[in-house]
Parts: sequence; structure tokens; C-alpha cells
Amino acid sequence: MIKLESVSRVYRRSRTSAFGPRAEVHALRDVSFEIEQGRRFGIVGESGSGKSTLVRLIAGLDQPTAGTVTFDGQRVNGRSERQLSFLRRDLQVVFQDPMGSLDPRMRVRDIIAEPLVAQRIPGQEGRVAELLEAVGLTADAGRRFPHQFSGGQRQRISLARALAPKPRVLVADEPVSALDVSVRAQILNLLADLVDQFALTLVFVSHDLSVVRHVCDTVAVLRAGELVEIGDVERVYRSPEHPYTRQLVQAIPTLRGALSGVTAEDLIRP
Amino acid sequence: MRNLVIGAVLVGLIVLAALISFLWTPFDPTQVDAALRLQGPSGAHWLGTDRFGRDLVSQLMVGARTTLYVGIVAVGVAALVGTPLGVFAAAGPRWLGEIVLRANDLVLAFPALLLAIMFGAAFGASTLTAMIAIGVATVPSFARLARASALQVLSTEYVLAARSAGRTGPAISVRHVLPNIAGLIIVQCSVSFGIAVLAEAALSYLGLGTQPPTPSWGRMLQESQELLAVQPRLLIVPGVAIALAVLGFTLLGDGLRDRFDPRLEGARAQG
Repeated sequence: MIKLESVSRVYRRSRTSAFGPRAEVHALRDVSFEIEQGRRFGIVGESGSGKSTLVRLIAGLDQPTAGTVTFDGQRVNGRSERQLSFLRRDLQVVFQDPMGSLDPRMRVRDIIAEPLVAQRIPGQEGRVAELLEAVGLTADAGRRFPHQFSGGQRQRISLARALAPKPRVLVADEPVSALDVSVRAQILNLLADLVDQFALTLVFVSHDLSVVRHVCDTVAVLRAGELVEIGDVERVYRSPEHPYTRQLVQAIPTLRGALSGVTAEDLIRP
Repeated sequence: MRNLVIGAVLVGLIVLAALISFLWTPFDPTQVDAALRLQGPSGAHWLGTDRFGRDLVSQLMVGARTTLYVGIVAVGVAALVGTPLGVFAAAGPRWLGEIVLRANDLVLAFPALLLAIMFGAAFGASTLTAMIAIGVATVPSFARLARASALQVLSTEYVLAARSAGRTGPAISVRHVLPNIAGLIIVQCSVSFGIAVLAEAALSYLGLGTQPPTPSWGRMLQESQELLAVQPRLLIVPGVAIALAVLGFTLLGDGLRDRFDPRLEGARAQG
């Protein structure tokens, strides 16, 4: 459904001296994989591994330096905004920052209705009420502003907005990493329920392999812009092939590990 | 909150004086009477008369009209031209934005007073010429502010979210950028209003602004400057009026910014 073929993205920093070369940052190097319909596809990597760049490329919000991104056989990169309407309808994104991803000057009902308004989909009022209920918010939430909600509630608003145009794919970029541990599980469960309910394909990005294991069935591991391992999440978790993945798995704190005296220092050592 | 109230009261007084002057003034502000020259404050003339025997209170009231008129037109020109230019420079194609910026720098580098003198020479010295000149000279400050704050808004995740929702450039500028920079623009309007009032006074003082016999606070200063040592009252009265007007608009702008920012709502409820 979503296919990446040798995708690279190079960011060029501004010159530090007038004659020196411009520093280049390779956010992604020659990444290829395919996400099949109905999958719950996890992307794991530490910060700076290119996860967010990947999300932007898949969502058509950024252009790759090389390679192609296709959605349902249609090319995503190199197209104008007007030509991307198929993607805007079928693929929606939930962003990481629950504060920054909602316009502080818009009422919640306008935020949720934005994809409908932008894509001229009729029946907005009823749809907004439906969505508020689906994500577990009260009907009067629509009249209020984002700052009147907690982080968890704001992620629910983001989810409602993403589901508004009835997409087939939901891309979640670290949707719980900015939240309190106590509400993470709630949002993750809500996300999983909604993915089931609406039969969505999920692309879930996280730095935390244990969260991905909880939500996804397939996982891709990124390191410094390169794809190091891809496969069934249980298989990767139980018998990681790449040394970096092994390190990631070992870095997950477990009760047994803590009891047998494994400390943070042991985890740092390769 | 206190700023808002003090600013609103000062601005309200000026507006009130200007409005009343349409219906009633103690005397005809342009009536010259040699017998009444340079009288001190009295029951009939509350602030006395100037060297032509004109009533100071009446001149002040009608002068308030000129002040507001100039402020509204000058700031209106600056905000309505400068804000869209700035947003366009931030959101539009890079090369076009670059051209807008350079043109902006050009106007900014041009001395405002020289611009007003040129305008006066070309179109004749009048209140209208003065306020258009002030407006044009103020455009760059609006454009710069609008561009800088629009760039900030455009880098947020909610703009990214709007793009993935299917919004295109112009819609994002109108729906997200403008509402989010409106607070800053309003503050800039209020501050610029104060500056425009001051500039009009300065231009009228130089004879490039409001022409006699129309009363203006700047001209009241000019006409009485030789009497500074003998009758300081004649300069203090319009001087204080100008100072209070500038202060009022500045405080009002400050107060409005706090008022219009929904993110500060909680802080306001507490404080």
C-alpha cells in the first residue's frame, strides 16, 4: 500500500563560512520497504534516526532527495499539493506534540472539522459530534479551545481530526511520548481500538520498542537514517538479527533484569 | 489589565473630546480676537487663549479630531499594506518573498521625514499628504513584524497538521497565520498610532502637515514656540495632550495583547 524505494533525504545546513562547503545531514539513506494494507507497522529508532523525516515523506509533507514514495501505486513525491488530494483523503497524521499540533486560536470543533472543510466534505457538524464521542470526549468539548484540555485529551482531539475524513491509513508520530506515563496506556488502547473499529492501516513511530510491541505486528528498525532490520515484531523482539536491535531489546528495562542487578551502566556497554 | 483600563480611558477621553467638538466647543476655535490675546485661564477660557486670542480648549478639542484622523489613516495604510506583504514574504515563493523584503528595506532605509517632505512637495502640504507619508513610512515595520511572526507560525506542527488535512498555502495563511499573529499586529497598531500622532505633530510643527486655520496639536506648538519663555502654558497644553495620547495608545496596545491571547486566559483569571 505504501512503498518506499531507495529513499534518501539530505538536509543542507546553511554555510558556516563564506567559502566552506555546506554541511550535509543525511537524515535517511537508501531506505526501501513496503507497508501492506491492514498492517500495524511500527518504526523504531532513537532520536535523530530519521523517524520524523520518514513520516513527513510518507505523508507528502517533505520531498526526498532521491528515491520514490508511492501510495496505492500512485507517486507521492514530486507532486503539487493539488495533485495530492488522494493522499490527503486516505492518509492522516497524528503528531507528537499535543500542545503544538493544535492551533491555539481555533475551537476544537473547527480543528476536528478542518480536514472536512479543506477537502469540501459535507455533513461536518454531525461528523464532529460522532468523532468526539468516538475518542471519548464530551459533546461540549467542541466549543472550547485546546489550552483548556490536558495532554491526553489533546491527543484525543488530534485523533478525532485525523479520523475525520475517514482515512484508510493513520500515521502516528510518537503519539504518546509527550504524555504522562499514566495516560499513555489509555491513548494507546484508544488508538488500537480505533484502528480495529475503522479497519485502518497503522504506521506507528516510536523510540520505544516495548510500546511498538504492544501496538504493532511488524516493525522496522532505523539507525542513523538506515534501515537495519525489518520483520514480525515478536520475531524481532525475541531473536533480533542486527546487533543494534539486540541492544535496543536489551535496553528495555525489565523487572527480572532489575532484580538480578542489571543497572543502567550495564545497558550502555555494548 | 490596569494598562488596558488606563489606556482605554486616555484614548476614550480623546475620542470623546473629538466627538463633542462636532456638536459643541466653548468658542469657535478659529475665531481671532485681538482684545483677548494671551489671556490666562479664566471662567470663560478654561485654559486661556493664544496669541491670536483663540480659545485653547476649543482648539484642543478640534485638534483631537485631526490627531485621531491621522492616526487611523496612517496606521490603516501601514497595517493593511504591511501585514499582507509580510505574510506573503514568509509564505509565498522564496524569490518573490526576497524581492518584497528588499523593497521593504529600501523604504525602511529612506528617512521618514524626507519622504514626508517629498510627498508635501509633490502633492502639496496637507493633513492627508502627511498621514499617507506617515503610513507609507510605517509599512516596513508592519511587514517585518508580520513576516517574522508568520515564519514562526509556519514552523509549528499545527500548520503541518493543516497541510496533511489538505489545506493549501493561501488557506493556511488566512486560517492559521493571520489569527495567530493578529495579537502582535494589534499591539503594533497601537504603538504605531502613538508614533503617527507624534509624527503628525512634528510635520505640522514644520509646516508640512495640517495647514492653518485647521487646529492641530502640532501646529499649536509651532505657533507658540516664540512665547516659550513668556507663556509656557501655550506649549505645555498641547505638549501634554500629545504625550497623553501617545501614552494612551501604547498602554491600550499592551492591554489588548494580553486580552486577545487565549493562552493567557488562565494567568488573567489568577492575576
